[in-house]
Amino acid sequence: MKKSMLLGALTVAGLAAGAASASTLEDVKARGELNCGVNTGLVGFAAPDANNNWQGFDIDICRAVAAAVLGDPDAVKYVPLTGKTRFTALAAGEIDMLSRNTTWTFSRDVDLKFEFVGVNYYDGQGFIAPRELGVTSAKDLDGATVCIQTGTTTELNLADFFRSNSISYEPVPIETNAEALQQLLAGACDVYTTDASGLAASRATFENPGDWVILPEIISKEPLGPLVRHGDNDWGDIVRWTLNALVAAEELGVTSANVAELSNGTDNPEVNRLLGTEGGLGEMLGLDADWAANALAVTGNYGEIFERHIGENTPIGLARGLNAQWTEGGLLYAPPFR
Amino acid sequence: MSDKPAHNVAFVRETTLPPSPPPVAETGAIKWMRENLFSSAFNSIMTILGVLAVYQILSLALPWLLNGVWNASSIRDCREILDGATGGCFAVLTERWHQLVFGRYPQDSYWRPTLAFLLMFAAFAPVLFSNLPKKMLIFTGLYPFIAYYLVWGGSVLVPILSLVGFAVGYVVYTRLVDRSFATGFFGGVAAAIAVWYIGGFIINEDSTFLALEQVESRDIGGFMLNLILGVVCLSVSLPLGIVLALGRQSRMPIIKWICVVFIEFIRGVPLITLLFVANVVLAYFLPPGTNFDLILRVMIMITMFAAAYIAEVIRGGLAALPRGQYEAGDSLGLDYSQSMRLIILPQALKISIPGIVNVAVGLFKDTTLVSVISMFDLVGMVRGPILASTDWNGVYWELFGFAALLFFVFCYGISQYSQWLERQLQTDHR
Repeated sequence: MKKSMLLGALTVAGLAAGAASASTLEDVKARGELNCGVNTGLVGFAAPDANNNWQGFDIDICRAVAAAVLGDPDAVKYVPLTGKTRFTALAAGEIDMLSRNTTWTFSRDVDLKFEFVGVNYYDGQGFIAPRELGVTSAKDLDGATVCIQTGTTTELNLADFFRSNSISYEPVPIETNAEALQQLLAGACDVYTTDASGLAASRATFENPGDWVILPEIISKEPLGPLVRHGDNDWGDIVRWTLNALVAAEELGVTSANVAELSNGTDNPEVNRLLGTEGGLGEMLGLDADWAANALAVTGNYGEIFERHIGENTPIGLARGLNAQWTEGGLLYAPPFR
Repeated sequence: MSDKPAHNVAFVRETTLPPSPPPVAETGAIKWMRENLFSSAFNSIMTILGVLAVYQILSLALPWLLNGVWNASSIRDCREILDGATGGCFAVLTERWHQLVFGRYPQDSYWRPTLAFLLMFAAFAPVLFSNLPKKMLIFTGLYPFIAYYLVWGGSVLVPILSLVGFAVGYVVYTRLVDRSFATGFFGGVAAAIAVWYIGGFIINEDSTFLALEQVESRDIGGFMLNLILGVVCLSVSLPLGIVLALGRQSRMPIIKWICVVFIEFIRGVPLITLLFVANVVLAYFLPPGTNFDLILRVMIMITMFAAAYIAEVIRGGLAALPRGQYEAGDSLGLDYSQSMRLIILPQALKISIPGIVNVAVGLFKDTTLVSVISMFDLVGMVRGPILASTDWNGVYWELFGFAALLFFVFCYGISQYSQWLERQLQTDHR
């Protein structure tokens, strides 16, 4: 009897699942809250502070989307996810978007049926090794023990790199970044490999940062960006263009300080279209006209977000590098707002 | 001697000699050391090595403990204050202790779980110590509802409704149980469900009657989460384990096979797999938007896991009883439930105590596994948010040492209680 009840309940659940997924935007508006999947903790990108307020580079993307859609940057429910649980949570509809330093790859986009809406950080995989090991290039690492986080693309890149250079290595699988650093400091592995941004952030916390070298090879492309489920293109557009708005705002010189003033109208038509005084772009997305202005007022433009959480004046101290505007030799290039 | 003439005797001592002190090597500390530490060459070497080892550990640990920094805003601050000297950066505990203990629970409501924690002792006391008045058991029965209300908040009507459901079910059970156990049991369950179903219509979900601020399960974390999981899962899995153990010995084939399959299946699967099922796989079957509470899912999985193990421990206890005990029950004309309740289980459970405690301590520590499915229990809080903050990235020993200390206190307490209980229940003449 109990078994048939369970099966019945599952059937009902399945039917309800089909009926409920009408539109993510409507769901979010009805709920009054954006469910945003984030990292359980990554220095500079996502971590709650002592008062349990989430902060970081990835967090600000969630806040910007919430401000654009709901007008309230704090109307976000952060769902912390590990590398293993992030995709199932998104596929099962537990979260509306995933902003968790996730690499845009073919199979994730196509096979796992997600939609990457853009890139908010261009990263690449590097190596860190103790200076006393005496290596100057990753190609000298024949026979080295390598600490590597499981369930990530870095694991696959590492295998590819060593195979294509026909040198051998011994992997030491570990679960989290913190664990890897401890293993590295304790000498359990010769080198540690992960995204170069993570390496720089971690080296900054070491007692003697000068004793560690980040090897010059960057062995992979790691475009990190927010993603949504396949199948709801309207919602994907909202997240994509919120991210684009942050990037375009930097190019156009719109900051959190002057956005209120510029929202009254300017001589630059593109700024006007971005901030909603012309063009009716917000309406096309199904949002208010001042959607982008709301987001910018909260988080500031891309450059401000970068400087606040991971820029050169923070303990993490990352340079803009590839993440500079295209006008300054980087890769950030927002499509035109028209 | 007395017949010899006195003048022949050159000297006679008339008083007894004062006892001379024993040789230095045979008294006090030196004797103790000779006997216990240096009784042979091998023991002497081991003693010296032992002393050296203790000295090594203390010379590392003591400066680190005593020279620790308790007031700093980040690990860089700590290093500046220490200026190269050895010392722990305990400032992370000063700043983040509330997250380690309460997770992301609202800060102005810490009194609620604290009160629930203190009341827990009052609730458990009559169960754990048999010499307390039996009336205290009433509070034990009420405690789960009080604790739920305190920790999760919301309207007071919800726990009251579930309490009324249980009460009505119990009353129906006692009325019907005379006819047969099955009638009583299913009648009671049906009555309880009826009460909850009808009550669900009467109580508005958003009722604010005597409402405490509602706290989401997601925000419950830290050591509090480990305690909640440990206490709830153990309390539920113990009776469930007894039922499973008895069921496995049952002569009714269906019941026996259900119990065997359940136990063998759950024992054959790692706990972490069950947790992944609870967290990830179930989400595919539930419609989006349904909120089958994650903590509840995890509780069910851990309870099933613990129940399977406890069932096997108790089965060992049952098997250890001589057959004569079962026959004694039969010969007294007791029915199955009476002979189990009065003769078999009291003895079997007593034998099983060490095993049950073993499972209990192991289970309590296993609750830290939930950090892998991104719940912020004590270990999850350390590994995730705190080590990932720009301020405290790199502080390991202090945080994990604190976690180990908390767990040690509780596990040691459990084990001491169980030893006391064994002495209390000792009836044989060993």
